[in-house]
Amino acid sequence: MSNVLKCEHLRVVFGGLAAVSDFNIEVNENEIAGLIGPNGAGKTTVFNLLTGVYVPTSGVITLCDKDLAGMSTIARSHAGIARTFQNIRLFKDMSVLDNVTNSFNTKMKYSVLEAMLRLPRYWKEEKEARKKALDLLHVFNMEDLAYENAGNLPYGSQRRLEIIRALATNPKLLLLDEPAAGMNPAETENLMETIGKIRDRFHIAILLIEHDMSLVMGICERITVLNFGQVIAQGTPEQIQKDPVVIEAYLGKQRD
Amino acid sequence: MRKTRISTPIRYLINTALIVVLWVLLTVVISASGLKGEYYRGIMITIGINIILATSLNIVCGYLGQLPLGHAGFMAVGAYSGAIFMKSTPAAALLRAGNSAAVIPYLIIAVVIAAVVAGLFGLLIGIPALRLKGDYLAIITLGFGEIIRVVLTNIDSVLGFKVTYGASGLARIPKFTNFNVMYVFTVLILFLIHVFMKSRHGRAVLSIRDNEIASESVGINTTFYKTLAFVFSAMLAGVAGCLYAGYLGSLYPSTFKFMKSIEILVMVVLGGMGSMLGSIISAVVLTALPELLRSFSDYRMVVYSLALVLMMLFRPKGLMGTYDFSMGDTLERIIDRIRFGGKSRKEVQG
Repeated sequence: MSNVLKCEHLRVVFGGLAAVSDFNIEVNENEIAGLIGPNGAGKTTVFNLLTGVYVPTSGVITLCDKDLAGMSTIARSHAGIARTFQNIRLFKDMSVLDNVTNSFNTKMKYSVLEAMLRLPRYWKEEKEARKKALDLLHVFNMEDLAYENAGNLPYGSQRRLEIIRALATNPKLLLLDEPAAGMNPAETENLMETIGKIRDRFHIAILLIEHDMSLVMGICERITVLNFGQVIAQGTPEQIQKDPVVIEAYLGKQRD
Repeated sequence: MRKTRISTPIRYLINTALIVVLWVLLTVVISASGLKGEYYRGIMITIGINIILATSLNIVCGYLGQLPLGHAGFMAVGAYSGAIFMKSTPAAALLRAGNSAAVIPYLIIAVVIAAVVAGLFGLLIGIPALRLKGDYLAIITLGFGEIIRVVLTNIDSVLGFKVTYGASGLARIPKFTNFNVMYVFTVLILFLIHVFMKSRHGRAVLSIRDNEIASESVGINTTFYKTLAFVFSAMLAGVAGCLYAGYLGSLYPSTFKFMKSIEILVMVVLGGMGSMLGSIISAVVLTALPELLRSFSDYRMVVYSLALVLMMLFRPKGLMGTYDFSMGDTLERIIDRIRFGGKSRKEVQG
């Protein structure tokens, strides 16, 4: 098994505040890794560093042994990083199908002129994209909703569609930012199944941020705990649950 | 889900047939109204120009979700470049001899020149302007539109040329825009916008409107697509300007004032931002309404303004919202209704 994602000594400073300092993580192929920590610990900042929204002050990010330094969000998406957002960011006024086919944009090759003259390549690639998108929706039982407006979907389906849209870019690494936020226990259960299915079917690395401990402990193989921008613990769910430093960060210190 | 499916070639056939039928209808109306026909013809050509202007602004305004206020500037660039080219050709003599078929090649070249020049200006202004958003983009495009107008007014006296003839206007442009030319170009441009929006490029533009950060995260080159939509819109405005010049036969920089841009924007907003049908309908209504109200000439502008206010009160998202019309889809729905009676679509599905 090879490293898909590797971060070494990642650090970002906003003004005088080190939002993340000395952050190290390795995520392997076929692995689900979790990133947890109290509010304001810097979890989403880590995601923004990985996707190129923020530029790290120092440190190295490599994706499949390729250094990502200086690459934009768009270039990193092409390199194989896909993400979902903490607050859903769907293309609300587009159909569910178009939300997914839009992700194939860079893999389709027909030019503006070919589109306007509707040359054979336009028809061929559009047909392929449509089929691929419907297949992908089928995997997640959403093909019946293909022609609905994405904004009209129920909350759980919107979250799922965001994951499908990210998967459609054919990523090596999938970043999920609080996928279970606002979900009830039944929906969370469903989501856990979905995430497991993604790993088994697409063989990609998944890194997720989550506050729902049943989800994190249930599916993550390795967990990294952040507090005030620093990694305070790393290990399997069992190790993390017993770690006194983690317990202190979440619950405070017991008085002597 | 609809049960009836109309295949693409048949959809094209139906649409082509409808376009021809509409052409025949309008032609009959013009020729059957005798002296009034000329008046109707003029209104229809103006409507055609406004349809092109409104739908082209709708690309940036409705589909891309930006707010440019310099559309009249691109129209002016297209109008002047097309007109100056036409004046240098023997088109005027050909038209006087009644040989309008021989003008067509010149006409096509003029339209292409107008589109290319307006597109170049669109690129020039678009690359820096599209780094800004919202109000800032509005201000910078507004400034651009005014610069174009001022340049057109003063360039002759500054450089000592006789190109635009400044404020006294560019006159004696061959009147190459007749009803048929206008009709063909309007249909053609509507088709081009439609196929653009139904491609991967159109989807990318829409996704930028809905969420720019998310579209970057799925690998959409947002800068490229913003510029592309902006340039495309400018090119079509240039075409509209060129046809406008060929219809009036004379051009004055004062036509392309800031108010012209606002007028076009009003059409788009009233029709519903992001709806091509909405832009078309409001272009037709807002061009025809002042003409229909001529008999109440004193109250004309009052009624016009009142219509705008009422519209914004009761349909703030515009006439059509973001709904886009498709003849094929509508026919499918109607056939479904006939085949499966009054049942709702859900019941049919189950």
